[in-house]
Amino acid sequence: MYKYDEYDHALVQARVAQFRDQVARRLSGELSEEEFLPLRLQNGLYLQKHAYMLRVAIPYGTLSSQQLRTLARIAEQFDRGYGHFSTRQNIQFNWIELEQVPDILQLLADNEMHAIQTSGNCVRNITTEAYAGVAADELIDPRPLAEILRQWSTVNPEFLFLPRKFKIAISSSEQDRAAVRSHDIGLYLYPGDGGEKRLRVMVGGGLGRTPILNQTLREDLPWQHLLTYVEAVLRVYNRHGRRDNKYKARIKILVKALGIEAFAREVEQEWEQIRDGAAELTMAEYHRVAKGFQPPAYEGLSAIDPEYGAWLARDPAFATWVQNNTRPHKVPGYASVAVSTKPGAVSPPGDMTAQQMQTLADLADLYGFAEIRVAHEQNLVLPDIRKHDLYVLWQSLQDVGLATPNIGLLTDLIACPGGDYCNLASTRSLPVARAIQERFDNLDFLHDLGPISLNISGCVNACGHHHIGNIGILGLDKNGEEYFQITIGGAQGKDSALGRVIGRAFQAEEVPDAIERLLTTYLEYREADEHFVHCIQRLGLAPFKEGVYPQQPSVEASA
Amino acid sequence: MNNTIGYRQGKACILTDDAWELVNADTAVDNLDSKVLAWPGWQEQLEAGRLRPETSAVLLGPDVDPDVLAPWIDRLPLIALQFPRFMDGRAYSQASLLRTRLGYTGDLRAMGDVLRDQLLLMRHCGFTSFCVRADKRASDAIKGLSEFDQIYARSVASPEPLYRRRERV
Repeated sequence: MYKYDEYDHALVQARVAQFRDQVARRLSGELSEEEFLPLRLQNGLYLQKHAYMLRVAIPYGTLSSQQLRTLARIAEQFDRGYGHFSTRQNIQFNWIELEQVPDILQLLADNEMHAIQTSGNCVRNITTEAYAGVAADELIDPRPLAEILRQWSTVNPEFLFLPRKFKIAISSSEQDRAAVRSHDIGLYLYPGDGGEKRLRVMVGGGLGRTPILNQTLREDLPWQHLLTYVEAVLRVYNRHGRRDNKYKARIKILVKALGIEAFAREVEQEWEQIRDGAAELTMAEYHRVAKGFQPPAYEGLSAIDPEYGAWLARDPAFATWVQNNTRPHKVPGYASVAVSTKPGAVSPPGDMTAQQMQTLADLADLYGFAEIRVAHEQNLVLPDIRKHDLYVLWQSLQDVGLATPNIGLLTDLIACPGGDYCNLASTRSLPVARAIQERFDNLDFLHDLGPISLNISGCVNACGHHHIGNIGILGLDKNGEEYFQITIGGAQGKDSALGRVIGRAFQAEEVPDAIERLLTTYLEYREADEHFVHCIQRLGLAPFKEGVYPQQPSVEASA
Repeated sequence: MNNTIGYRQGKACILTDDAWELVNADTAVDNLDSKVLAWPGWQEQLEAGRLRPETSAVLLGPDVDPDVLAPWIDRLPLIALQFPRFMDGRAYSQASLLRTRLGYTGDLRAMGDVLRDQLLLMRHCGFTSFCVRADKRASDAIKGLSEFDQIYARSVASPEPLYRRRERV
């Protein structure tokens, strides 16, 4: 992992002192709430329905076991014993007292963490995929450039008051697991003809009220120009992005208004002025940062472990977990393990107790290299586990309720915190998530269904990324009543697509039945082991509409 | 201007003798020396021969392209940029462009919703004086300039990014 040097330490420590002073000035009334608002937002502090919520940055989703223990301590000491992992690979604490925030930030700073720019109209946490550095299909490790971007964007004075929030993701695998296409800037890192690092820069993606996948702004950008190119994009956006309407302020609206060609001309013109010079990245800096991401001391293992093979054959529950919750590793004899935070109706997606965090940190020390990742699907990942140790690890995870074998299945659903916590939400998304998890709790059925992503957002802001779920559920308020609209056919990754609405919205209690009819339709039409989303791509919406909304007369006839 | 912070001999201080005065472009003032006029009024007065770029100042709103000042950039003693709301960050980019692209070397002043917690950011982007919002005290706001000031990226005030400075250590 990247280790802070003296500069990094000095910055986060100073930031704590600065915010302590700002909180004091707020509490004394010297700062109005209006003036305090952007200051607290840029330190990750939201005012929610019942209390303050603190969002802690987990840069590109990477945590040390020590850092995870620190988060557990915060959950225990300052919150109600749990935290919530978000779709931006961050963690949120929902029950925070303003007076205690400086102490929490101090604890974070002492453990090389912070909450800087996890909110506000600035560049947010840089994300990448949870399997960076270990995935078998990875081209180049994206983490050094992600860390370089993190540093560059942290307190970058020109870009802290943008028209709106700004999200950047970088990925470098065959299968895009970082949802780069729905980001303001999506970066795809790949080797050029001579093996040198190149970037495809995509711009103008985003979900929210106006879901758009980003478009390619530039191909083949040499990596040395990453920062100047992003700077050019941000300068054009900062100057010309709309500020009159919050809902039209994201860069996607500017890109759409100008058209990608005209926008690209603006960026290129700006970039030509700054491309060569002090802001060009150096090899020395790349190496300095990349040192933090050297592979750990892997053992030379055989790809086949007889004992592991025996357990697979002997214990079908273990075999199921392995099939669903582990991923191929680039080093023989190792696997990456996805730890599901979605045990079903008992706990909201993404929530984890302090005890679970502590246990997971211990297991990372015991069986891994003291490292944990956060996936944007809100699950956690132990990246480097010997196959030999998978069985004992599985047993330990079971003891704390972290071994649900449902990664990529229907109940591995993504949901925003919704109206139970959030001020913006127009509906409560968690009860809908719970009802779906209750209805479909039969693992055999889930496995038979195969891979399906289901995303729930409690309002049009789309924090649950419902547009890119194979099944998307969007909560809408209609004259004070909660309704839920279903979209299907959304997808993330290389074949990203936005889901399409299948028909009129449902009341909360109707949703599980509607989903069941949808799934039944799929099972009727699927060919061999065709995935849900491919079945929709093949057949279009019509048969699913018919299945979900049976004709009125036939309903009466059967009643 | 009152309630204004500037630099004297490299040190931030409250300007007690600042002679600049913001006036409406259509005010009938005989002498526009030491007056600040908003663009495009400034240009109209210039064309009418009623002011000289060397002795009057111009205020740009956030939607004005700083390029418009290119013809006079070496002669202007003061350019003011307007923050209509402190959440409106366009003037940071305007300031950067005035300094790095147009090579402006005179005084660059922040006006409008100018508050203590943003002064350092403004200084990084090339501002050299700050007319603090009327209901706030400059004597308090000036503390904002002595806070921790390390950034990673390059800026106008620190033209090399941290990694280049690191490499020399």
